[in-house]
Amino acid sequence: MKDDILLAVRNVSLSFGGVRAITDVSFDIRKGEIRAIIGPNGAGKTSMLNVINGFYHPQEGEILFHGRARRRMKPYEAASQGIARTFQNVALFKGMSTLDNILAGRTLKMHRGFFWQTLRHGPALAEEIEHRKFCEEIIDFLEIEHIRKAPVGSLPYGLQKRVELGRALAMEPTLLLLDEPMAGMNLEEKQDMSRFIIDVNQQYGTTIALIEHDIGVVMDLSDRIVVLEYGHKIADGVPDAVKNDQKVIDAYLGVAH
Amino acid sequence: MFYREVGQFKTTYAADQAIFPIRQDRIGLAIILFAAFVLIPLLGGEFLIASVMIPFLVLALAAIGLNVLIGYTGLISLGTAAFMGVGAYACYKLSTIFPQVNVLVWIVASGFVSSAVGVVFGLPSLRIKGFYLAIATLAAQFFLQWCFVRIGWLYNHNPSGAIEVPGHTLFGIPVTGPQATPITRYYVVLVIVVVMTWFASNLVHGRIGRSWMAVRDMDIAAQLMGIKLLPAKLLAFAVSSFYAGVAGALMVFMWLGAAEPEAFNINQSFILLFMVIIGGLGSLIGSFLGAALIHVLPIIVRFLPDALGVPVGAATVEHLTFVITGALILFFLVVEPHGLAQLWRIAKQKLRVWPFPY
Amino acid sequence: MDILYRIFIDPFVQMGGAPDLLVQTLWEGLVGGVLYALIALGFVLIFKASGVFNFAQGIMMVFAALTLVGLTEKGVPAPLALLLTIGVMYLLAVAVERFVLRPLVNQPDIMLFMATFGLTYVLIGVGELIFGGNPKKMPTDALFLPSGAIDLKILGGLVSLQKLDIAAAVIASVMVAGLAIFFQRTRIGRALRAVADDHQAALSVGISLNQIWIIVWFTAGVVALATGIMWGARSDVSFALQVISLKALPVLILGGFTSVPGAIVGGLIIGVGEKLGEFYWGPLIGGGIESWLAYAIALAFLLFRPQGLFGEKIIERI
Repeated sequence: MKDDILLAVRNVSLSFGGVRAITDVSFDIRKGEIRAIIGPNGAGKTSMLNVINGFYHPQEGEILFHGRARRRMKPYEAASQGIARTFQNVALFKGMSTLDNILAGRTLKMHRGFFWQTLRHGPALAEEIEHRKFCEEIIDFLEIEHIRKAPVGSLPYGLQKRVELGRALAMEPTLLLLDEPMAGMNLEEKQDMSRFIIDVNQQYGTTIALIEHDIGVVMDLSDRIVVLEYGHKIADGVPDAVKNDQKVIDAYLGVAH
Repeated sequence: MFYREVGQFKTTYAADQAIFPIRQDRIGLAIILFAAFVLIPLLGGEFLIASVMIPFLVLALAAIGLNVLIGYTGLISLGTAAFMGVGAYACYKLSTIFPQVNVLVWIVASGFVSSAVGVVFGLPSLRIKGFYLAIATLAAQFFLQWCFVRIGWLYNHNPSGAIEVPGHTLFGIPVTGPQATPITRYYVVLVIVVVMTWFASNLVHGRIGRSWMAVRDMDIAAQLMGIKLLPAKLLAFAVSSFYAGVAGALMVFMWLGAAEPEAFNINQSFILLFMVIIGGLGSLIGSFLGAALIHVLPIIVRFLPDALGVPVGAATVEHLTFVITGALILFFLVVEPHGLAQLWRIAKQKLRVWPFPY
Repeated sequence: MDILYRIFIDPFVQMGGAPDLLVQTLWEGLVGGVLYALIALGFVLIFKASGVFNFAQGIMMVFAALTLVGLTEKGVPAPLALLLTIGVMYLLAVAVERFVLRPLVNQPDIMLFMATFGLTYVLIGVGELIFGGNPKKMPTDALFLPSGAIDLKILGGLVSLQKLDIAAAVIASVMVAGLAIFFQRTRIGRALRAVADDHQAALSVGISLNQIWIIVWFTAGVVALATGIMWGARSDVSFALQVISLKALPVLILGGFTSVPGAIVGGLIIGVGEKLGEFYWGPLIGGGIESWLAYAIALAFLLFRPQGLFGEKIIERI
């Protein structure tokens, strides 16, 4: 089943005013794989993720998700179709506790309306508790039990990243986009995060697309890699092929003139 | 020593998701409710009930409404008093058109009218944010106040331009108008405020409250969680205006007995804002604390000179109130930017380890 | 159909029928707009340099005017009173920096916003305690401001321009030009712009934030004083004037919080729009619409251009 294509990006171009962020990029993500997007700073990686989850609208090209094409979509529509993500600069809800952050990720799965919410008894409470159970599983999985009730604003960076992953997992996504999940972490934290990513992929079967600068981590984790440079795709393939690609080496090390 | 949750183990998620998970908090709440329902009516004089408690409760209710908007959803509103006015005028119109219907029904209904108006004025929040939105809400303040003055139909073309509350009874007991005793009015206000506070507390602790706070803290991430910004914001406007509207209706029907458009002017909006800020953003307890402080303060300023035997003119007292209120706002912001609610939390933290500091 | 006619056709027929009245209305709108623009300008200065949404700007204007008038009433010669008032505005700037900005540095914007509310109340209270709440007359002659009017016979009618208004426009232009030069050409101006961009970066190259804040609040105070003198000369000086300062707020949403040209153009648009609206459309719905018309204009404008007059389109980054 690994060859089923979950998401395809077709000839996408994106520009802001005169600045071209992405030029005619195409690639696909298969079901159940870990797909990495790498490239030097300013290559358009984050913009690519923003296009995928509907935050930016590309001027040209289209995105196929589950085989259905779409050009313009709202971020919450992407969310309701099962695309979750984490952010380069942690974008947690800073005033809320870890548990509330993760519960917020369950928003789409909770259906009790305004009336029941004002009572918070019967169905609304039952629903709340059911989702609490689910969130506790995630908390357990990510080993963040001890900070369950702590306000996330005061947590150290590494833990914040983990909570953010938890919040994305709470959405039970089919496609999980991770924007530099290991930026600014030390070796130990990177190992932990890598383990979580692999576990998510294998236990829940979640498809993952990630951006990462640590080439070692990328080579170990990912099934296939896309390389972007200045908004263009310069390579696409399995880690070993990409590693030996001349264009990629030039992009990273510079070209001898 | 007395405030310690050690040994209180939760065995179900239901117990842990409760709004007051700690036993001492529940006892404290019971004591406060007992005091409010039994002790104050028994022991309090007319002045305490009519001029302190009723206004305090009404203002606290409006402050809760404003807190939903500012503290929970992060939308600054400078027009709360206007929405109180909408509630007051709606209640006045409804109860004079249909005098036979129970006035409590109209108080609730006027909340819904205010809610609808709030949603309309909340629409710009789709496109504008932050302080720009704050200024836009001033449009509501000025426009609605203009309506209260210029549209004669709203005050039944009363030559004085004011609305006067007719007498209404509930189960044979007068609840509004000159015949109603302060105690009756106090109980009506108290029950409404307690029930609505309970609703608000339920809302902010559940899914809806979480999506409001998500919008407040990081609206982009909230969208990517599947939260639609406009409905979330409009719901906050609706709920907030509902509370303000009911508070406004209570203010005129249960507290003042009559009101002019000036009662809902911009200064009243600001005062409510102070209550929320000094009480603590995003805290329902804070709304009560803030309302208590800001409402009681001028009363103290008014009586203190007499008590000390220093003769001070009425105008001076008013100016002094301004200075003291302003200075107090500055003082609280500098000392404890998170408001009285934060002081309360710190006090609880201290109590937890007392009498041993570590 | 009648109502449509009265809204969309009739006012323009009136304008065409009596062009002198139209010019007169436009002129009054422009002058009002200049004064709105000045209030907005003081606000923009402070917002740019210290990131504070200074709600007290309008009150600073009244406070400055009241101090000036109060001092002259107590027998101080007008020029000396002017100097003293400038001194008071400086002390105010120092006090604000010391007791409000410094302790609140790095707090969320809304806290600083609320702090300026506190400041508003303190200023109102102190002003009324010292000078009393009665409206006072601005001593225009002693301040060498012209009075009387110039009557122009144009367009088959009479257009009357108050000399005071002309003086106001001239003073405002000179002040704006002076500020522009100050910002662009001087060392302090450069430091101000640096602080506006990034507090920490400015600190790291050795700019003293505290000093800059004092300078900015003082400058805004002087602008407030000038505005206060001019408004005070048109009507009386009392805290009732603060209503005018609230009208300067829509100017800000129109022009943007950080744009000096925005404040000026926005002020003029609001001033003119408000006068035209009140004069030609106001009677249709009962008059007195000046209290909210400015907001309606600004809001309507924002629906089409959310970034304001001179703002750049914001690309949100995550």
